Amino acid sequence: MRARAIFAAQLTFTLLVAAFLIVPAVQSMLAGVTANYFRGIRSGLTLQWVQQVWQLYADTILRSFVIALATLGVTLVVGVPAAYGLHLRGGRLSRVVEEIITLPLAIPGLAIALALLLTYGGLSSFRRSWLFIMVGHVVFTLPFMVRSVLAIFAATDVKTLDESAASLGASPLRRFRDVIVPNARPGILAGSLMVVTLSLGEFNLTWMLHTPLTKTLPVGLADSYASMRLEIASAYTLVFFVMIVPLLVAMQIFAGYRNDPAGRHQ
Amino acid sequence: MSGHGVALRVIDCGKTFADGTRALAPVALEVGRGETAVLLGPSGCGKTTLLRIIAGLETPDPGGRVLFGDTDVTGVPIERRNVGMVFQSYALFPNMNVADNIGYGLKIRGVGEAERKTRVAALVALTGIEGLERRRVDQLSGGQRQRVALARAVVVQPSVLLLDEPLTALDAALRERLRGELNRLLRKLGITTIYVTHDQAEAMALGDRIVVMRKGEIAQIGTPRAVYFAPANKFVAEFVGAANLIEAACNGATLVLPGGTLPVANGAIHGQAIAMIRPEAIAIVPAESASLVGLVDSVSFLGDRQRVLISAAAAKVMTADVPNAIALAVGDRVGLAVEPAAIRLLPGDAT
Ligand SMILES: Nc1ncnc2c1ncn2[C@@H]1O[C@H](COP(=O)(O)OP(=O)(O)OP(=O)(O)O)[C@@H](O)[C@H]1O
Ligand SMILES: [Mg+2]
Repeated sequence: MRARAIFAAQLTFTLLVAAFLIVPAVQSMLAGVTANYFRGIRSGLTLQWVQQVWQLYADTILRSFVIALATLGVTLVVGVPAAYGLHLRGGRLSRVVEEIITLPLAIPGLAIALALLLTYGGLSSFRRSWLFIMVGHVVFTLPFMVRSVLAIFAATDVKTLDESAASLGASPLRRFRDVIVPNARPGILAGSLMVVTLSLGEFNLTWMLHTPLTKTLPVGLADSYASMRLEIASAYTLVFFVMIVPLLVAMQIFAGYRNDPAGRHQ
Repeated sequence: MSGHGVALRVIDCGKTFADGTRALAPVALEVGRGETAVLLGPSGCGKTTLLRIIAGLETPDPGGRVLFGDTDVTGVPIERRNVGMVFQSYALFPNMNVADNIGYGLKIRGVGEAERKTRVAALVALTGIEGLERRRVDQLSGGQRQRVALARAVVVQPSVLLLDEPLTALDAALRERLRGELNRLLRKLGITTIYVTHDQAEAMALGDRIVVMRKGEIAQIGTPRAVYFAPANKFVAEFVGAANLIEAACNGATLVLPGGTLPVANGAIHGQAIAMIRPEAIAIVPAESASLVGLVDSVSFLGDRQRVLISAAAAKVMTADVPNAIALAVGDRVGLAVEPAAIRLLPGDAT
């Protein structure tokens, strides 16, 4: 009885995942290579939509990756030392700071964008560059980096490691480089994956912040849905998948390699 | 390699934490060059706090000072104090192998690769961990980790070596063996050492001097023998080894007890006193020839000796550790003999 109930639940779950996650994704990607979506696969397969997407939107794709990597860079440079400081200092002040950093998660992206526009919209050259969007992405993704690094700090008793390196004569900067960062690597990686994927897919904020010349991939996608054939939008999705999956896999592999037992790669 | 240590002086160092916890009342402590001082006391008495003040990981309350030799290091951060430190959790760097862990302090000090190798190898040999140099630290046993942590701390020839309960994480048999090894090593290296423990046997075995602490204060400083045979108060007497604490009237030369009398040699007084007698100082003799008699309450055979509880001799039950060959049965009437010099009269307060 019980076993059958569990089986039924598992089956339902699997079917739901298939119905709402896998099938639509495959459907959408197939649509991108179908000659005429309304006549279905029978109309034949073609790469012409993909080509068109590339012609129309190559710049948005490139820009999205530049912004994602720049966002990653900033969150790494700011987030990891910030987490280190917060963890070592501890106490109430640190918790308050942590809460403030986390606040953007609870605020709608539109509101953040509006606040940025109100404050810095007047600086027109900044407003028109992709850096403006990157700042929005940093605000939005920083908590993910800080939290994930903080979690690993708490799990590895990094404070004692830090004290032990200090007792051996290492300056704060040296400790950070030799001991803190290497031992926080899994958390830094998890945070990085999160930051890159969130930045690549971010729409709310970006939609508010973009100018016609600083469209990103998701904004371009919305644009193509609104104004182009369905096949082009679908081809766009396909391009997105094809680019992001290898990127994420590459990051995983890179991190796995660096994480290998000390001594094997020395 | 010996004699890199410096004398250590702690002057009026107290510690009140930000949350208002007063972990340490202002204490003073002097440790000679090359000497091993053991901080001993129950959990929460401030041992780690004092150690961390000496290390430079905590700052003492205003007015407190720490001197290494003639240098006032109170404001100097830990990384510039040239200390060696062994943490209870060992805190080995998981991202480095054993040799890199041990060599880290030398690397920081800019010691060249060749010399570093030689010095690490010397410490590896001294601590008996040959063959483990390339191991990851998470593939070591507890005892091996302890040795790596010790090697890493002493390879830099620190001015002061600080150890916070370095054996507590190990099982009893290993603890005993490593205690012996550690003792030999500390003597050989001749580094000024502060050793924190709450295990009195460890303190006795390792310390040139023992600093008994209690509730953030120093209760007594002395050699193991002084602390054991001449405890300053009841707390020290009971914390360091087992003790019979007997309240009795003293008439200037003898203690007057319900079961008879006991002659006292040192500092006899007139009036009510607390006498401390170690269990092993009590000998069982024939009742007829004894000045003090009691009844055997229970006998526990401990292998190398037997522990006898005796009632009716004093107001409280007395504990005696006697040779294992003596035949005793519950209810026996026995005589008790104690060397007058082994009886210590303590001040009545400070419970
Ligand atoms: N960072 C801190 N903030 C507030 N109170 C603290 C802090 N560190 C220690 N204390 C308190 O100070 C007192 C002394 O602590 P300490 O760690 O020195 O004790 P200890 O003698 O080393 O004990 P144990 O044998 O359990 O390690 C304790 O009451 C402890 O709770
Ligand atoms: Mg402690």
